[in-house]
Amino acid sequence: MRIWHFVLRELKHRKLNALLAIAAVSVATACLTDALMLLKADAAATEAVLAEKHAAVEKAGAELNDAMRKITKGLGFNVVILPKDQDLQEMHHSGTISKSMPEEYVVRLANSNIVTVNHLLPTVTKKLTWPEQGDIPIVLYGTRGEVPIAHRDPKKPLLDAVPRGSMIVGYHLAKKLDLRTDTEVTLLGRPFKVLKTHDERGTVDDTTVWINLREAQEMLGMENLIHAIQALECHCAGDRITQIREEITAILPGTQAIERGAPALARAEARDKAKISAETSLSREVAHRQQLRSQREKVAAILVPLATIGSALLMGLMTLTNVRQRRQEIAILRAIGLRSRQVLGIFLGKALVIGVIGALIGIILGMALGAVLHEETTAPDALAILLPAGLAVGVALLGSWLPAVAAARQDAATVLQEE
Amino acid sequence: MIQLDHVSHQYRSPEGPDVLAVDQTDLHVKAGEFLALRGPSGCGKTTLLLIAGGLLRPTSGEVTVAGKQPYHLSQEARAAFRAESIGFVFQQFHLVPYLDVLDNILAPSAASGTTDRQRAEALMREFGLETRAHHTPAALSTGERQRTAMARALYNDPQVLLADEPTGNLDPDNAAIILERLQAFAAKGGAVLMVTHEDQACRAADKTLTLSKP
Ligand SMILES: Nc1ncnc2c1ncn2[C@@H]1O[C@H](COP(=O)(O)OP(=O)(O)OP(=O)(O)O)[C@@H](O)[C@H]1O
Ligand SMILES: [Mg+2]
Repeated sequence: MRIWHFVLRELKHRKLNALLAIAAVSVATACLTDALMLLKADAAATEAVLAEKHAAVEKAGAELNDAMRKITKGLGFNVVILPKDQDLQEMHHSGTISKSMPEEYVVRLANSNIVTVNHLLPTVTKKLTWPEQGDIPIVLYGTRGEVPIAHRDPKKPLLDAVPRGSMIVGYHLAKKLDLRTDTEVTLLGRPFKVLKTHDERGTVDDTTVWINLREAQEMLGMENLIHAIQALECHCAGDRITQIREEITAILPGTQAIERGAPALARAEARDKAKISAETSLSREVAHRQQLRSQREKVAAILVPLATIGSALLMGLMTLTNVRQRRQEIAILRAIGLRSRQVLGIFLGKALVIGVIGALIGIILGMALGAVLHEETTAPDALAILLPAGLAVGVALLGSWLPAVAAARQDAATVLQEE
Repeated sequence: MIQLDHVSHQYRSPEGPDVLAVDQTDLHVKAGEFLALRGPSGCGKTTLLLIAGGLLRPTSGEVTVAGKQPYHLSQEARAAFRAESIGFVFQQFHLVPYLDVLDNILAPSAASGTTDRQRAEALMREFGLETRAHHTPAALSTGERQRTAMARALYNDPQVLLADEPTGNLDPDNAAIILERLQAFAAKGGAVLMVTHEDQACRAADKTLTLSKP
């Protein structure tokens, strides 16, 4: 007769005991399986939420960036590209540019593969007095609007072209001369219609008149020539003026590039701030999710061992009472010559059967419960199956091991004489 | 075959005073001999039987059974020795509660390693148990339990048979069957040591030893 025969007979004989033990193991296993599944599902959900948040923050950041770009447009351009022989001291002193360069330069720059500059704006500019308006000093600004950079996707233009026969007037001029939209004026003998007037900017812009580049060139006798190219550098973070300069002068050797100073820095800072605030909000969300997750992990870390220990205790207790019931049986088996190893085998065999059956039921139960709780079936990974199963069998075995060893060591004769 | 020299046993119990159950007792049973042991209740008969059966180490004295000194063996070796050489019929039978009659008779085969169903079935028939083969002890009468215990003791074909009141619960006819079986066992060269209170049983034995309270 083999040991497993004893195991099966005993299981059958004490059905209730076996069923209760299987139930205990099942519940513990189900708890563990479920906890693992929940954590896994939670991790997946966290990732999804974070990805969503990330995208939202990116989008918000981009929108903010765009808004900032528009707002900061008024602050001026980053870089001014000037003819190489232009005396900068003269320019700063008098506010006018005496040297010129071919308008074709801007086309060349736009068709190059320049990466540091995003917006190009060819201009002519001259300080003069407006004879028809009582010789009021103005800055005349000829612009044709933005020249699209060939290798880039078209961007929203920062500045619209001024059509022929139209002018845009700075705040002070408009106020002083009582100019409004659609007012008709004459400048240097040419008729213009006011397209719009700007709000106050507190800069030289307030005394500036913007007209069509072509028209300005004709009026100033500089056909196909320009004074400067305004270039807006978009990747604003950090100091990149050196790089921009090098890139521009490599493409246009007859030029020099100068930085516009403080306004550019302010814009750069504003954009950096937009970026930083977007990133801060994202990292706050990440931290929040992580905190949530670690809380759940903590709960699981307490609950799961608790359930496991609980069922181990229950198993142990049941085996212990079972062992007490079975003390006499152990003594009998020892008396008729079974080795203590064999007696132990009968107990551990029972624990193994209970552990395996309990683990199977527990895993199925846990998966079903997880599916119900989650409304989505996350396929449990190997860990979610092997860990609870291994633990269940281990716990069942351990719960039997100690009492069984104690029982097998008992003095058979003493037990046999008890009645 | 069974040789106890100056054997004493004192039960130590944590609750009460120590009990001297056996005091300086000599007992010899030769191969082929059938010895009956009698005496008043509590005089140490069962204790002596357990000592002879390798189940209870005496406080002092020498024990030799089937050519071996069981208390000089390790616990595991003593268990193997019991399985191989000794058949024991307990006063309370001590059947395995979850095994049926047939499996109870076969139980010693777990220790010896050879399962002989035919032998178990023959023993069942011999003791009139063939109709109860698949009942557990709880469903048996006292006499049936006693006969199952007897069949189990004989299963491994031991050299020594130790029986604690094997006819105590039987009617004279069934008692006669058991006694005949014990006589037959001795006739084949085995040694029988039987505890009894009955004259019928004593008459079946070759010799009777009467113990008195120590
Ligand atoms: N485990 C024990 N612990 C303490 N005392 C015990 C123990 N077993 C037996 N005794 C005592 O030892 C003495 C001898 O007991 P034993 O069972 O050997 O008697 P017995 O002759 O078989 O009696 P009976 O005819 O009633 O079966 C008794 O006084 C009994 O109370
Ligand atoms: Mg007795």
